[in-house]
Amino acid sequence: MLFTSYSFFGFLALLFLAYYLLPRRMQWPLLLGASCLFYYLAGPVYLLYILTTAATVYLAGLLMGGNLERQSAYLKAHKADLSKEEKRAYKDGQKRIRFRWFLLCLLLNLGILAVVKYANFFIANVNGVLSAFGGGELSFLSLALPLGISFYTFQAVGYLIDVYRGTVPAERNFFRFALFVSFFPQLIQGPISRYGDLSQTLYQEHPFDPKALSRGLQRMLWGYFKKLVIADRILAAVSTITGGPEEYRGAYIFVGMLFYTLELYADFTGGIDITIGVAQALGITVQENFHRPYFSKSLKEYWRRWHVSMCAWFRDYVFYPVSVSPWMRRFTKFSKEHLGEQAGRRLPVYISSFLVWLATGIWHGANWNFIVWGLANYVVLMLSEELEPAYARFHKRFPAAGGSFAYRLFQVGRTFLLVCCLNLFDCYRSLSETFGAILSMFTVPNWHILWDGSLLELGLSGLDYGILAAGTAVLLGVSLLQRRGSVRERIACRPYPVRFAVWYGLFLAVLLMGAYGIGYDASQFIYNQF
Amino acid sequence: MEELLTILRDMHPDVDFETQEHLIDDMILDSLDIVSLISEISEEFDVTITAKDIIPANFNSAKALYELIQRLEDEG
Repeated sequence: MLFTSYSFFGFLALLFLAYYLLPRRMQWPLLLGASCLFYYLAGPVYLLYILTTAATVYLAGLLMGGNLERQSAYLKAHKADLSKEEKRAYKDGQKRIRFRWFLLCLLLNLGILAVVKYANFFIANVNGVLSAFGGGELSFLSLALPLGISFYTFQAVGYLIDVYRGTVPAERNFFRFALFVSFFPQLIQGPISRYGDLSQTLYQEHPFDPKALSRGLQRMLWGYFKKLVIADRILAAVSTITGGPEEYRGAYIFVGMLFYTLELYADFTGGIDITIGVAQALGITVQENFHRPYFSKSLKEYWRRWHVSMCAWFRDYVFYPVSVSPWMRRFTKFSKEHLGEQAGRRLPVYISSFLVWLATGIWHGANWNFIVWGLANYVVLMLSEELEPAYARFHKRFPAAGGSFAYRLFQVGRTFLLVCCLNLFDCYRSLSETFGAILSMFTVPNWHILWDGSLLELGLSGLDYGILAAGTAVLLGVSLLQRRGSVRERIACRPYPVRFAVWYGLFLAVLLMGAYGIGYDASQFIYNQF
Repeated sequence: MEELLTILRDMHPDVDFETQEHLIDDMILDSLDIVSLISEISEEFDVTITAKDIIPANFNSAKALYELIQRLEDEG
């Protein structure tokens, strides 16, 4: 059931009615039922996968949580009779027991993800090597890729790690935990919520709040505007350009990367707006996943503002544990002694960052393009780190230039173009096509296509371009306004005719300018495939 | 405390660490700074800061960080 389908609207309408009409203690069980139905309709067999993840992580959490409680009780009861060393030995022993449960569950769930998502990629690469040596061929597996498996697996694994660390208590009720893993608005494209955050409002009883409902619906409408008016309309031109790598080169690639960057933003943030809006209408708080990322002045800042929940997940559960692990501490010491103070400081960070970006690339998809995309981000980020002293010298020497609006605009433009260029790895399905496309921007002199009417042959008419230009202007305007706080709250303070004009105008824009009808098909969200 | 302030000032000479209380929330310290900081602290104070200790509440101010170090010293 797509967020953009009529059946989803029917599903939501019934859910909202039941949610606020039934006794409040039935609210979270109702959400669990709705989430299971949502997932069942996506594919009955998928339920089996998510149930396995929910059940195994719940069980491991329960075992680890129980162990922690027994440990606390034991230490409390023997506070006076145990020496410091005995207490530490006891805690180490208990930690080893918890670690076994943790590792078993982690490997099982990451193993499921690896098999369904990456087995065929692995087989294709093995077959490539075998054929080079004249060997046979392995058969591909025909496994269904459960919807949103990367998202719900990461969310469940995050909980597993938090319980292992003792930073959140283990959930005792399986059904409540199953809702945390399967909460339908965020099931297919995130955000990847933390149990400690989402559980604050997910299980609470929510009285009917017209304000929360209207704000939620407004947020959803804004998401549909981005998705249907901008993302799905520009999709035709992006598909034409990236679908013909031989035909569309040079300036077409430049146009394609700008269009794709706009499409990706409108599609992904639009989907998240719908997710957060649905949750808000239900009285539930889901964390923001974007903070106007295209206004970033560096790639480092961009990754603090784009897909925030995924970046935070990799930072907290991969980067920090690797960076401060005992073996990394030993490596740091070794590096400082043998390679010098500076190398000793940087190498651990560079190694951990490399692992994070490799994992981020792999997480995005079973394709070498994504892996190279992740590593390209890594190279740019590390180069920026190395160039930091040079930037500092420049700013010291030219303080006025560094702080000027023009310079900040240059930084934003530079970062935006860099992100556009990196996004090309997402557009093409092979590295040779991607590098060929990037190279052609500098070698094929066909910039005349920008004004000779060629752009009207990409599947978009003049009217389409007009709608896209207007939609993008609104998007940019709202993003600029958001820097001073919630736009919805400010609209709510305006007189009734203004509010009416804004929201009905937006509704009509979605209705009249959304990409539907003959020739259009409300498309899947890009991040669904992850 | 003075040793900790020296480490922090070496990292960001332009920040007043004695008064700043939003080092993480205001993005003054990023993840790379934190890893370097932990490495310096573990050498200077002989404590082990683990991944579970890396939360904003422990790193938002020099005072909070010093309290974490003292807690770890007591546990150690």
